[in-house]
Amino acid sequence: MAARGLLFVAVLAVALSTPLRAQSLIADLSEHLVAITTGFVGVDVLLFGAVERSADPEAGGQPSGDLVVVVRGPEQAQTLHRKSNVAGIWMNTASLTFEQVPSFYAVAASRPLEEIAESTVLAANGIGLDHLDFHLPAAKASGPLREEWRQGLIRAKQREGLYVEALGQVTLIGETLFRSQVYFPTNVPTGVYQAQVFLFQGGQVASAQVIPLSVSKVGLEAELFDFAHGQAGAYGLIAVILALVAGWLGHLIFRRD
Amino acid sequence: MQIYLPIAEISLNVFLLLGLGGLIGFLAGLFGVGGGFLMTPLLIFIGVPPSVAVATQANHVVASSVSGVLAHFKRDNVDVRMGLVLLAGGFLGSTVGVALFSVLRGLGQIDLVISLSYVLLLGIIGVLLFLEGGRALVRRRRKVTAPSRRGHAWAAGWPLRMRFPKSRLYISALLPLSLGFGVGVLSAIMGVGGGFILVPLMIYVLGMPTTVVIGTSLFQIIFVSANVTFLQATQNQTVDLVLALLLVLGGVIGAQFGGRFAARLPADSLRIMLGLLILCVGGKLLFDLVTPPVDIYSLGVS
Repeated sequence: MAARGLLFVAVLAVALSTPLRAQSLIADLSEHLVAITTGFVGVDVLLFGAVERSADPEAGGQPSGDLVVVVRGPEQAQTLHRKSNVAGIWMNTASLTFEQVPSFYAVAASRPLEEIAESTVLAANGIGLDHLDFHLPAAKASGPLREEWRQGLIRAKQREGLYVEALGQVTLIGETLFRSQVYFPTNVPTGVYQAQVFLFQGGQVASAQVIPLSVSKVGLEAELFDFAHGQAGAYGLIAVILALVAGWLGHLIFRRD
Repeated sequence: MQIYLPIAEISLNVFLLLGLGGLIGFLAGLFGVGGGFLMTPLLIFIGVPPSVAVATQANHVVASSVSGVLAHFKRDNVDVRMGLVLLAGGFLGSTVGVALFSVLRGLGQIDLVISLSYVLLLGIIGVLLFLEGGRALVRRRRKVTAPSRRGHAWAAGWPLRMRFPKSRLYISALLPLSLGFGVGVLSAIMGVGGGFILVPLMIYVLGMPTTVVIGTSLFQIIFVSANVTFLQATQNQTVDLVLALLLVLGGVIGAQFGGRFAARLPADSLRIMLGLLILCVGGKLLFDLVTPPVDIYSLGVS
């Protein structure tokens, strides 16, 4: 953590020494690669940056506006099941496949979203779980039913820790600096992520920046996963052979005669 | 110490997994059962996805049966001929079972089928063990000897009769073939070796002598569970090698302690204890099926 703090200070020092004229917002992540290794237990990634002070004298040099951070995982098709009670047992009785769903979605803001901007503005920028559109084919479900499935999907993703709405989690430090943290749990999907930082002024997006982020399995975990999916036959054979050898070794080591 | 399981895609504590392997191994050594039927539900309880638990458990069964069968081969307690016939049925059954598994997984019903099969099977076996242990206890107190049972020839008219010199049997090959098939299907769907079903069937239905039953069932289980492991790996990619190795490691050690401990406990009390344990696990699975879920919506495999 100390190293991360130093990095934070160092990068900001560089960021602040250059004039912020071209853009009023600059941000970066403490890590651009979330590596899933053997000991992976989830990780916090620090997002930090600076906003230009308002040139408007009426604002009194205060940091002008609100900050919203959205981290999105790669889109994927997602099947959702709905249970109902059949003869006393709860079983899946209906299912629906959403074609494009962000596999991960986290949003953090310096103030409650509804105070920052109108919901139409938020929706246009895909900010907030309420404004996530899953491209559900209209033919499959419509109206209230569609909304019910949409909410069901969001709740299911939230229980997995993959959809997070942490309001008030963008911290302003002094007049220009801000920081936020995004937590990637152990079940985080792999792929290319996007961290979007929005600066809102007067309820409108004044400036925005997109920072790419990659989540991938590395080392042994990655090789095993690729092996299991790419060469399933060889993987299966090795699994069987390893088990045969382990059983034989167990017999040799512990035989009682 | 947490370890990330690459196929299950979750992190679990290494010592929890080693301990679980050890516990099941201990029980396996203690009760003389494979333990697969307890391992799969316990893996599901600690958060491993059911489809990964079943496939990985099949891999674990390969290791534990090899360990067991080598000892039986040494004592010449394996009827290879009978084992091969059972195996032929088992191969067919497990192949059908894995295909069924894939279909059910696509339909989102695999978790339900796994849970229901376990509730049913654990319920039946738990009650039987409990009753048998209890009856034997009563019998011992009254000093009455158990009635001896021998296989009956109700399938004597079936075609394809075969001689099994080691088991001193002359029966239709279709009988062990269909037993092997049925247990093979269960093996694929539940991730168990199936010894705990096969052994009583071999004694009461086929009429095999008890001395060769366990060795022969272990012999065929190795091949059937190897087939299940391979097919699960190729069709569903659900075999987690890291998880399997940890369970095997714990299991091999646990089994040795279990075997030694078993010698000090009377068999009937053991049966009652195992029966109770099985009923508890089955009861928990049933409880989960009938309690209203946290949310009626849940994510499926993508």
